Amino acid sequence: MSEYMIIDGIKAEINGEKNILELARKVGIEIPAFCYDPELSIYGACRMCMFEDERGRLDAACSCKPRDGMVIKTNTAKLRKYRKMILELLLANHCRDCTTCHMSGKCRLQEFAYKFNIEGIRFPNNACQISSDSSSNSIIRAPGKCILCGKCVRMCNEVQSVGAIDYAFRGSKMKIATAFDGDIANSPCVGCGQCAAVCPTGAIVIRDDADLVWKALGDDNVEVSVQIAPAVRVGLGTEFGFNEGENVMGKLVTALKEMGFDKVYDTNIGADLTIMEESNELIHRIKKGGKLPMFTSCCPAWIRFAEDKYPDLLDNISTCKSPMQMLAATVKALYKGEKKHVHVAIMPCSAKKDEAKREKFNGDVDFVLSTQEVVRMIREHGIHFAQLQESLPDVPFKEYTGAGVIFGASGGVMEAALRTAVETITGEKLGSVEFKEVRGMEGVKEAEYNVKDLKVKVAVVSGLKNARDICDKVRAGEADYQFIEIMSCPGGCVNGGGQPFVDAFTRSAMDYKGLRAKGLYNTDANMSNRKSHDNMSVSYLYDNYFGEVGGHKAHELLHTHYEPKKKN
Amino acid sequence: MLKSREELQLLRAEATKRMLAETKRIIVCAGAGCVSKGALKIYDKFADIMKQKGIDFSLELQKEPHSDSVRLKESGCHGFCEIGPLVRIEPQGWLYVKVKVEDCEEIIEKTIVNGECVDRLAYTQDGKVYREQKEIPFYKKQTRMILDNCDKIDATSIEEYLATGGYTALEKALFDMSSEDVINEISESGLRGRGGGGFPAGRKWSQVARQNNFPKYVVCNGDEGDPGAFMDRSVMEDDPHRMIEGMIIAGIATGANDGYIYVRAEYPKAVARLSLAIKQATELGLLGDNILGTDFSFKMHINRGAGAFVCGEGSALTASIEGKRGMPRTKPPRTVEHGLFDKPTVLNNVETYANVALIINKGSAWFKGIGTENSTGTKTFALTGNIQNAGLIEVPMGTTLREVIFDIGGGVRDGGEFKAVQIGGPSGGCLTEEHFDLPLDFDSLSKVGAIIGSGGLVVMDQKTCMVEVARFFMDFTQKESCGKCVPCREGTKRMLEILNRIVDGKGEDGDIELLKELGEAISKTALCGLGKTAAGPVLSTIKYFEDEYRAHIYDKKCPAGACQKLKTIVIDPELCKGCSKCARNCPVGAIKGEIKKPFQIDQKVCIKCGACVSTCPFKAIKEI
Amino acid sequence: MSTFDYTVLDNAIEQFGNKESSLISILQSAQEHYRYLPKEVFPYLAEKLGISEAKIYGVATFYENFSLEQKGKYVIKVCDGTACHVRHSVPILEALRKELGLSEEKKTTDDLMFTVETVACLGACSSAPAITLNNEIYPTMTPESAVALIKSLKENA
Repeated sequence: MSEYMIIDGIKAEINGEKNILELARKVGIEIPAFCYDPELSIYGACRMCMFEDERGRLDAACSCKPRDGMVIKTNTAKLRKYRKMILELLLANHCRDCTTCHMSGKCRLQEFAYKFNIEGIRFPNNACQISSDSSSNSIIRAPGKCILCGKCVRMCNEVQSVGAIDYAFRGSKMKIATAFDGDIANSPCVGCGQCAAVCPTGAIVIRDDADLVWKALGDDNVEVSVQIAPAVRVGLGTEFGFNEGENVMGKLVTALKEMGFDKVYDTNIGADLTIMEESNELIHRIKKGGKLPMFTSCCPAWIRFAEDKYPDLLDNISTCKSPMQMLAATVKALYKGEKKHVHVAIMPCSAKKDEAKREKFNGDVDFVLSTQEVVRMIREHGIHFAQLQESLPDVPFKEYTGAGVIFGASGGVMEAALRTAVETITGEKLGSVEFKEVRGMEGVKEAEYNVKDLKVKVAVVSGLKNARDICDKVRAGEADYQFIEIMSCPGGCVNGGGQPFVDAFTRSAMDYKGLRAKGLYNTDANMSNRKSHDNMSVSYLYDNYFGEVGGHKAHELLHTHYEPKKKN
Repeated sequence: MLKSREELQLLRAEATKRMLAETKRIIVCAGAGCVSKGALKIYDKFADIMKQKGIDFSLELQKEPHSDSVRLKESGCHGFCEIGPLVRIEPQGWLYVKVKVEDCEEIIEKTIVNGECVDRLAYTQDGKVYREQKEIPFYKKQTRMILDNCDKIDATSIEEYLATGGYTALEKALFDMSSEDVINEISESGLRGRGGGGFPAGRKWSQVARQNNFPKYVVCNGDEGDPGAFMDRSVMEDDPHRMIEGMIIAGIATGANDGYIYVRAEYPKAVARLSLAIKQATELGLLGDNILGTDFSFKMHINRGAGAFVCGEGSALTASIEGKRGMPRTKPPRTVEHGLFDKPTVLNNVETYANVALIINKGSAWFKGIGTENSTGTKTFALTGNIQNAGLIEVPMGTTLREVIFDIGGGVRDGGEFKAVQIGGPSGGCLTEEHFDLPLDFDSLSKVGAIIGSGGLVVMDQKTCMVEVARFFMDFTQKESCGKCVPCREGTKRMLEILNRIVDGKGEDGDIELLKELGEAISKTALCGLGKTAAGPVLSTIKYFEDEYRAHIYDKKCPAGACQKLKTIVIDPELCKGCSKCARNCPVGAIKGEIKKPFQIDQKVCIKCGACVSTCPFKAIKEI
Repeated sequence: MSTFDYTVLDNAIEQFGNKESSLISILQSAQEHYRYLPKEVFPYLAEKLGISEAKIYGVATFYENFSLEQKGKYVIKVCDGTACHVRHSVPILEALRKELGLSEEKKTTDDLMFTVETVACLGACSSAPAITLNNEIYPTMTPESAVALIKSLKENA
């Protein structure tokens, strides 16, 4: 027998929904909420999602399980009155500089203030006097805009296990803080930006470096080149009316050209380079008895995490630079022009902003723009994005393979590496290039392959809590993997902190990460070249520039090393 | 280590015999009130004098007391704190009040040696001298069950607890009853949680017993944080075994093998006493593995609070035991299913557990005979504020407010006039004259929008400003809010802002309505009990004393004359000699005048600091 | 590196167990020993107990009994429970603060001799208004007797 409850007169079948909020969404009723996120624990603090039962009693929809026969209303005179009071209280303690706020138009508080017709605030407000923390290369914290919904804390602790921020103090003095309320830059923050991705207001946003790029673009004495990461092309479209996950690379290239970028390159070729080096390194480690398992090194937030929390495992991390840094090093090295050369990277990521500033990388990437910033820049430039013609990136960094493009999804690096490594080890062409076991949005995936007489056991994890668990296993000697892919953001770069903001409703209603990943896998499936070692441009670079894969020159330009985080 | 029921019975019989053999006793109250007034010095003095005089005396229960020896005992709180330090003489049962060190000699000489009463130290009320403690009106109207041992036994001695029938209920529960029997007995007794909510204890226990998820926990809420309440403290300090026994029985009933006591940090003595009691019980084998040779094991742990009122809330308390911030969580799941360490948990307060042994020993029928139909048993109250007989009392549920305040409490202090009584602390509300005949029980109180809470009763006289009282409670709640949910964090802050404004004479039209609006929204939407009741004191003072609010807001007057900023300070021209001292001391230059002529205060400039009042050598300046 | 002595923490970890639920008990031991929580405590416990420093900071700032600043040799707590409040505890607090040049924000004198705080209720309501001096209760105080107490402490210092 099916179980039902009645929500606002609508019969809703109960199918194991974890709370009334989710069930109501399924029947098309949006109960307002600030602190609820389907991927985080229930917090129950905002009290916006209260409902009223038949006897006039109130309870919170986020923490209440649907029960057979329940009859509730989600919008009554009483509820409206209390919701308006809650909003008024929040607004009274919120720095309401909406017109100059990064989240304007996307802010949930702004949206509700408008929807609930809040007309005046009867309480004094000093929230704008609270200073912001812009110490981080990745994110900006504006506590004056914080409504203490706690999503960032739960994200940072439950999903990422980074523990950079937490609740501090209590009562009306409560705030979200690092230890000793210090700068976020001096905390264990890895810059993944997932806190910003769930913040319903402008209290945590991704650092905006657009002005610096505009300046370079406007300078006639500067040549500006740019590279575009795989996940960007499937994340940006929704901002201009495309479907979630639609690949808009061609239009993006045109837009960037219109904005004045001299050269537009594809990070995918950096990804192919990475695979050449990384698969070589893996085979080398396996055959020569090097440190195993080997971890991937593409994700800068993961690198920060490891340097802080697993210094003893740093030798397990591939020495390969990330695709962004590999391509940038190559672009910079091959540049022969007269003008000053500025290289920009467009990334789905806030941690890349920090990676670019690592001393070891000599400023090869001058500026990193997140997908969000590029969206704003396109709008600022007045471009009608949807109507643009498509263009191809510039030579010599335009040719890429399907292996490179799937880097943006969790499991993509693993699959790309397997395609190359297996063929290298066996010396035979793969029948099917698809390793579907490592695809999907699950946080932990495992697979085992028999490659000639070798047994290769791999793991793919996304989300740093999952990374922590697997690192603990490795540390304890309980992990018999050879190769582990780690991406900090759940689902991989498609869900990077720098991607366009996805509001909480959409987060629970739509598998946006999966759709973006699907966009990348579709692109891969339609490519003729799907293996990095088949990339002609890559071969050209090795033949004419790097020499041997894993050779001296390649090492100099394409590899790096890691250092344990200094603790004070 | 006791290995069987028989061994325990033997030990108890022996302790009882020895206790009965003690005839002469000097019992010095060592409750917090009396100690702060010098009780321990009196105790030492008695010992000194007896030593000097060669009187045979003992500080502890002797192996073989003989009829002439005197037992000098430090007991727990006698409850009548107002007139401490208290000394009771047995076998006569005489109570000496406000005893000083200088009185000790006379007490030994007259009472102990000659058996005479020192009447000047006896309690006197309305000209009548009351020698015996039990005759004093303060005690006569009480029914002391929970507090029975407090003024009798030495809380540091498990033998004395045994001698008063201690651990017989545990024995019964272990050997004569099944766990269902225990739960039935408790359910049947109608015992309701004494911590505030009034939830039936038996139902809670059976819900935990039903869970098939182990381990389970028994948790005692000893985080008595209500300002103006100290009942649980007395039980923990003065009769710790009674509570421990109740907890072990809860463990037997529900299938739990670990007990946690969460004690408020401000009660170091309670922590020490409980630790000692646990040590003693463990050494005797009443706690630990295979209690009295059975297969039931129970271990006890103590957690000290770290200063957060909200930890009196169940889920905040368990979070705190788990080492976390004491922030309440959403319910469901309930504590009985997912409590401490996410396991099924019985959570009751000190007084609730203290009732358990009584019920098991004497039966639910007996227990139901006390109190009212739906509120059985007794309730302890801390009677404080502007009351003649401040102290700790215990009365049957359903006793009227009139009996408590006038018969037991002796009415308003210093001849003042009664205005209101605040019940239930910061979560409660106030009661007025119209409630004098209201029975104090769960249901009657909830009907008038008040709660028993943990049992603080603060009496207020006509000089108490009710707006100020509301402001005081809101200040407390606001500081103690955990900050998690919006209505409590932001709402109490705003209510306090408004109340501060009102008592400062800056109230505005619409403030009362806004307070009510905020209060209602907080009550209906807050996450936890603390938040839901946070507005209680404000809403109930508005209900009964709206005129006072209006006077503050519209007339800028405090009818009780308590709000400093609403006072007018005037110089009586008849008394002023024109010395100019006041003018020189005024920090804002509000006072002007000619020497040797009466000075005057410019009310527009005056900030009501009162500096002039205290400096005037002729008492010519008054606050009105 | 600092020469901070971690023995107190090690002993507390030993006593209460190396687990998250021991955090408050361990912090209490540290607070009792140092009379505040020195900064060094945080990274050390974070490492040992596997809890983030931010979380420990969150716990330390949640509970009233923990102090991140050094306290004075004499800690005076003025009870502002209901009973004390209606019997005028506030003037006592104000007199003490005035005498020592302290305020709600500045709780400890610069010479680290005196700390003045309020406490919600000491449970000594019958002795209202009461204060404690290093946990010893002083009953039925007045502003004058409180100031006199300070003066005598200063003289004996």
